[in-house]
Amino acid sequence: MSDLNKLGLAEARDALRKGDTTSVELTEACLSAIDKADALNAFVHKTPEIALERAAAADARLQQGDAPAMCGLPVGIKDLFCTKGVASQAASKILEGFVPEYESTVSQQLADNGAVMLGKLNMDEFAMGSSNETSTYGDAVSPWRRGNDDAPLTPGGSSGGSAAAVAADLCLAATGTDTGGSIRQPAAFTGTVGIKPTYGRCSRWGVVAFASSLDQAGPMTKSVRDAAIMLEAMSGHDPKDSTSADLAVPNFEAMLTGDIRGKKIGIPKEYHMEGMPAEIEKLWAEGTAMLKAAGAEIVDISLPHTKYALPAYYVIAPAEASSNLARYDGVRYGNRATLEAGDGITEMYEKTRAQGFGDEVKRRVMVGTYVLSAGFYDAYYNRARRVRSLIKQDFENVFAAGVDAILTPATPSAAFGLGEMSDADPVAMYLLDVFTVTVNLAGLPGIALPAGLDSQGLPLGLQLIGRPWEEGDLLNTAYALEQSTGFVAKPGKWW
Amino acid sequence: MSIDQNTAAKVAKLARIKVEDEALPGLAAEFNTILDFIEQLNEVDVEGVDPMTSVTPQRLKRRDDVVTDGNQADKVLSNAPDAREGFFAVPKVME
Repeated sequence: MSDLNKLGLAEARDALRKGDTTSVELTEACLSAIDKADALNAFVHKTPEIALERAAAADARLQQGDAPAMCGLPVGIKDLFCTKGVASQAASKILEGFVPEYESTVSQQLADNGAVMLGKLNMDEFAMGSSNETSTYGDAVSPWRRGNDDAPLTPGGSSGGSAAAVAADLCLAATGTDTGGSIRQPAAFTGTVGIKPTYGRCSRWGVVAFASSLDQAGPMTKSVRDAAIMLEAMSGHDPKDSTSADLAVPNFEAMLTGDIRGKKIGIPKEYHMEGMPAEIEKLWAEGTAMLKAAGAEIVDISLPHTKYALPAYYVIAPAEASSNLARYDGVRYGNRATLEAGDGITEMYEKTRAQGFGDEVKRRVMVGTYVLSAGFYDAYYNRARRVRSLIKQDFENVFAAGVDAILTPATPSAAFGLGEMSDADPVAMYLLDVFTVTVNLAGLPGIALPAGLDSQGLPLGLQLIGRPWEEGDLLNTAYALEQSTGFVAKPGKWW
Repeated sequence: MSIDQNTAAKVAKLARIKVEDEALPGLAAEFNTILDFIEQLNEVDVEGVDPMTSVTPQRLKRRDDVVTDGNQADKVLSNAPDAREGFFAVPKVME
């Protein structure tokens, strides 16, 4: 078989079982594609030795029969996941040289399932960003381009390296994390599929924390079926994460029937944003029509507090980040600033953090510090948490009225050029998460899938939002939509 | 609410991030842009609404209060910028 790196998880799994290929062959095809794709800057720590060793072990396991679904499948791991013996920096200078002595639960579960780790993937520093431009490794670059224009585009963020790697067929799938849209927005920008599961579905243990009440891991894949396969392997209760849910993990793939007759799909009026490109409105309307044609019932719904989701997020997430990132103090791990004679411990903290954190991370840590400081805690932090309760209530109301899933655009625009937003104020970048951030605040599952191309040939995505813990039903609705859109476009290879 | 340079300096101090004096006006301006955006929250009627404490209704799991791990000082210290004789080493804390 040729071009093995272009396979998805399901196809490769089936090929392995038929004996058409081996995990070592799949892994070598990916490693070779990775080595030719340095221009994308997606893989920032390559682990070919680990990959080939795991591939050989997977082949032996497959020979014995009864191997798990992910056995032998090569994947990339976002740099936010701690991986034992392999650099894990969260794309930050402050964690330069950090080599964990432990493995995150999610990456351990993938390894236990026989998945092959190819290396670590680029991302925004500490997952704070929407364009992968805040990384200490430099920008990740999208494999997509606007027609014949060779200006480099963002793969989105924060899971930009994951999205670029999957879209460019450097791996079969990748892990991502999503605090405000960091799986779904890059998936939409790169024509890939990304699901953020219900908060608590995947363990956060060993994943570098950004905003603990919002962070969730999830898969980034080439199809909805692949997302179902990989999500099952990543999910499950973990005693080491007190917020991980002690619920059975269903066989998500078995729930993909494509039958959505009688399902009620909500279309929220508040997601018709002023100034949204006509192409996005059109894509959304087409997606709605497709679900209707597949037998779903379409209902207009209202989520009245949508407008306040981003401001609430930009209080809550920085507040939690300022607390989580307090641990980077130059004492236990990572970089310590060079000190001058007479510098005490306070200078060590201040210099280490000034040198180690990038501008966006500093900005968010300081905003978080401010909204939590004496005198402002109630006015900002507690008010934001109250608004968060109202946002969740909006969703509970529509689900109580019988809505099964909600269809929205994934992003308010297609991917933009790297550097194009550099003169904009920070808030302009924050607005990219306008359709995704509500889902994190409400703890719900959300999936982005490609639905079409814009006039410049760039992918555009739609988002489906589901009921808590019903990822299987959500994936099935996404599967039905995927079959209707028939999206097959891939970026032309230039790298 | 507008943040001036003194407040920006105070916040940087609380966050233990060194900010040079000449960078303070720019930082204060950025804070103000973000805070203006956040001010929208004041439009919402939150009377009688409890602040969210947990996004999922489940109660946090409890476990037995027993030692499950330990005796790994070398591994704990393996990433420290400065470790000596089984301890993390830091600059002088007290005169």
